[in-house]
Amino acid sequence: MSELHSYTMNFGPQHPAAHGVLRLVLEMDGEVIKRADPHIGLLHRATEKLAESKPYNQSIGYMDRLDYVSMMCNEHAYVMAIEKLLGIEVPLRAQYIRVMFDEITRILNHLLWLAGHGLDIGAMTMFLYCFREREDLMDAYEAVSGARLHATYYRPGGVYRDLPDRMPQYETSKWHNQKDVDRLNENRQGSLLDFIWDFTERFPKHVDEYETLLTDNRIWKQRTVGIGVVSPERAKALGFTGPMLRGSGVEWDLRKKQPYEVYDRMDFDIPVGSEGDTYDRYLVRIEEFRQSNRIIRQCVEWLRNNPGSVMVDDHKLVPPDREAMKHDMEALIHHFKLFTEGYCLPEGQAYSAVEHPKGEFGIYLVSDGANKPYRLKIRAPGFVHLSALDEMARGHMLADVVALIGTQDIVFGEVDR
Amino acid sequence: MKRAAHIVKSLFLQELIKGLSVTGRHLFKKKITVQYPDEKTPMSFRFRGLHAQRRYPNGEERCIACKLCEAVCPALAITIDSDVRDDGSRRTTRYDIDLSKCIFCGFCEEACPVDAIVETRIFEYHGENRDDLYYTKDKLLAVGDKMEDSIARDRKLDAPYR
Repeated sequence: MSELHSYTMNFGPQHPAAHGVLRLVLEMDGEVIKRADPHIGLLHRATEKLAESKPYNQSIGYMDRLDYVSMMCNEHAYVMAIEKLLGIEVPLRAQYIRVMFDEITRILNHLLWLAGHGLDIGAMTMFLYCFREREDLMDAYEAVSGARLHATYYRPGGVYRDLPDRMPQYETSKWHNQKDVDRLNENRQGSLLDFIWDFTERFPKHVDEYETLLTDNRIWKQRTVGIGVVSPERAKALGFTGPMLRGSGVEWDLRKKQPYEVYDRMDFDIPVGSEGDTYDRYLVRIEEFRQSNRIIRQCVEWLRNNPGSVMVDDHKLVPPDREAMKHDMEALIHHFKLFTEGYCLPEGQAYSAVEHPKGEFGIYLVSDGANKPYRLKIRAPGFVHLSALDEMARGHMLADVVALIGTQDIVFGEVDR
Repeated sequence: MKRAAHIVKSLFLQELIKGLSVTGRHLFKKKITVQYPDEKTPMSFRFRGLHAQRRYPNGEERCIACKLCEAVCPALAITIDSDVRDDGSRRTTRYDIDLSKCIFCGFCEEACPVDAIVETRIFEYHGENRDDLYYTKDKLLAVGDKMEDSIARDRKLDAPYR
């Protein structure tokens, strides 16, 4: 009988550390990985094909479900592609709202990443603390769109509704008396902008707490320093974007290099790592918390002082407001036309990319002049990162795979689409 | 010198103690837990939950079977049949929403020209089989009758933004 050298092992798709439905086939030599083979497609929903069969606006909700932890950023790339083909300019206030919610989304995404990454490699407290902060941002999502996750808020030509002037309040119960409720409602007295402003005041302190728990912690460092090192050259060759690329020391951020919306008016820095290991990518994302917080504050200040329209004034593209629709025949015709047929895009193609929390998220749209896309291609950062998992995992121990999946910030909604 | 400081710090578990002090402080902080069935987190007036069909104050159903919601529904969850009623008005004979298909995007509410189909604050509905999640016109009207106060209040609050 020949001696057994290596054996293959299945990791997932039901493994709790696989962040969804990743199936990894690992070829192991003892506890060392010789080859990692990701098998994907378990969450395939044919979003690209689905979009070909419905008018443009109806696919916005499906964009939310691609990367289901950074919903509005996905929508943003999609509506930007449509706007590019239409050649329209979005009102400034809508652009600020979009930038603000993009950054809120970035914080939401990184909070979930930190929570999951921490939990995977032994820091369970992070999970609880991060979800506490996520709750406030989810409330902001809900206040503006009506849904805590799948917002369907961005529309070609702006955003659906302006920011609300009041926040919902806690109510007394047998667990909390009036005094407790008053304390809980303290930051909910004003408008949504006041609520977000209050969050940005508190948030840097929370980030400090996370750092106290992790950054110098010896266990955290043992699990992350020197794990999954990617050189800047390799990172570029592998097509990395976002924090994965910046962790390797390449200063590349679409918000700076190809500013869209009002990012060119914002004052923020791009954090860059030096070693390209898991620990550096952790530090990059922690710093992005602070930078996003800075951008949100600038947006809130501007939005407070500049009321105005949040949609273009073109009823061939956006439905008229409800008051007009009920009294004006022409508005009613526009309303019916838009909700049945939608609008047609000129023939052509457009690629629009946003700096998604995970990297470059792009939508490539081909139009043949109809009211639905001829072809829609989604460029998902997670897909590119996952294809480099084999290279990153080789030579590491089995337990490091969990750290690597965490550091790549994989979400299967966008990998499998 | 730097090396010595590092050895002293790691020997006395400095960073671990700092971390423990953070968790220790949280142990004595006011709790933020919401005891769910007894109390709930605040809910926005824009919340999109279970669907409902509304009536006019005189008890007449609002829906006029224009089928805009059926046309706009991305998930094709709505099925409508219509007919002329004895009094000559056009009404639905069938209005079904398959909640296991619905993606809760809110487009049906946006599309409805008479505010008939709305999304309510109910989020904790359930079903023991698929049929329970297939809402027919009667079920939707019943939800609407039960929730009319909250529906009307929320629509009024949101009216300036729409």
